[in-house]
Amino acid sequence: MNGLLDRFLDGDRQALARLLSHVENETTLADEAMQALADRTGSAHVIGLTGPPGAGKSTLANEFVRQTRNSGKTIAVLAIDPTSPISGGATLGDRIRMLDMQDDDGVFLRSMASREQTGGLSLAAFGATMILDAFGFDIVLIETVGAGQDEVDIARLADTVMLVQTPGMGDSIQAVKAGILEIADVLVVNKADQPGADETVRTLREHVRQSTTSGWRVPVLAVISSTGQGIAELISTLEQHQRMTSQQVAFEETRRRQRLHYHARMLAIRELARHIERNQAGNPGWSDPHQLAEDMLNAFVQDRTGNKPTSSAKDHRAD
Amino acid sequence: MRTQTRPVNQQTGERRIRVLIAKPGLDGHDRGAKVMTRALRDAGMEVIYTGLFQTPQMIARAALDEDVDVVGLSILSGAHNSLVPDVISELNASGLDDVLVVVGGTIPMSDVDKLYQVGVSAVFGPGTPLERAISYIRDHAPGRDDTL
Repeated sequence: MNGLLDRFLDGDRQALARLLSHVENETTLADEAMQALADRTGSAHVIGLTGPPGAGKSTLANEFVRQTRNSGKTIAVLAIDPTSPISGGATLGDRIRMLDMQDDDGVFLRSMASREQTGGLSLAAFGATMILDAFGFDIVLIETVGAGQDEVDIARLADTVMLVQTPGMGDSIQAVKAGILEIADVLVVNKADQPGADETVRTLREHVRQSTTSGWRVPVLAVISSTGQGIAELISTLEQHQRMTSQQVAFEETRRRQRLHYHARMLAIRELARHIERNQAGNPGWSDPHQLAEDMLNAFVQDRTGNKPTSSAKDHRAD
Repeated sequence: MRTQTRPVNQQTGERRIRVLIAKPGLDGHDRGAKVMTRALRDAGMEVIYTGLFQTPQMIARAALDEDVDVVGLSILSGAHNSLVPDVISELNASGLDDVLVVVGGTIPMSDVDKLYQVGVSAVFGPGTPLERAISYIRDHAPGRDDTL
């Protein structure tokens, strides 16, 4: 049997699925694959979908995928659910609401456990997005629970971020306005057939009125995911955002560079962390953490420059 | 025997078993499926629950995309003799012949051998201690050896 990379490049779905597992497990095979595929990335429209639990993100994603497929575009969904901090296990339930198009080759749905205890998006989410992009999907939709650090990270990963709210959340809009409204490119009020929808839309519009960063006025759209109402307009709004950003060359460059930089930063930190774990040396009598940190960094630099590197994908290059 | 298991984190040696819990066919009794989902999660596995009323094709597609090691079928409708072989042949058609298939639910003793013959590895009937199912899956999740 051919290797995973060849099969992946042939469009083999199983090779895609297995590469994603390697990315999740942060294997050296994943590092090598991503280095080989880096040049193939950059053509997908990466859309982030975030919002509080119960806002209807999965139902929205379901309808979004269905209507996107009507236009012929292919779409991958990466649904991220939290890992239990107790057992390390996870329940990944987003497929339940996405039953409709599981026999369509133009749709790929993957559940991913966050595997992070800090609440941030993991390195694996960045890697998985790269892999799905390289496979050739027109759209990569990343669905994440909008809690804590996720909100900031999704803006680093996605080209366009949509934030879902529901009517009747009252003061929660107050809580939301400080941080998350700043990273949303599109605001969606889901379940717009429920009481208070107009009020929620109006409040959100007032909040975003002042902020027009980089020439984009954040739109507030009312949708009913369960019936599909408003989804077509949402799709065309997201396309508009993509057109706007890709036309503004400087803006687009900055965004891509930031994503690359942040991803690289996580990789670098991982290598350093792994090195430290492997070399848990140090004088037990020490009491100064700064001195210990200094020693760790020196040992890392020495290992990298002096001796043969002991980790990272470089090991496997024939040199 | 393959010794290399599913992708293992090269540095931490970490391996998370991924399990798909599926309800094929028209039976709406999913308490057992949910209890197993929870128990396997608490045992440190990543568990994808499909929800009710799955066709064999849907189950195979989910197993493929999610790259699971184990498919657990929960059936309380009595239709296991037709559903289980269908699911297994769909899995095989998707290239997933190495996935461990286990069945839970109301399976008469007289049917258990038939299920083994079509490729089921274990049948967990009513009253099976959760710990037994967990350790069976942990011990029998298949190996893999991927090359780039």
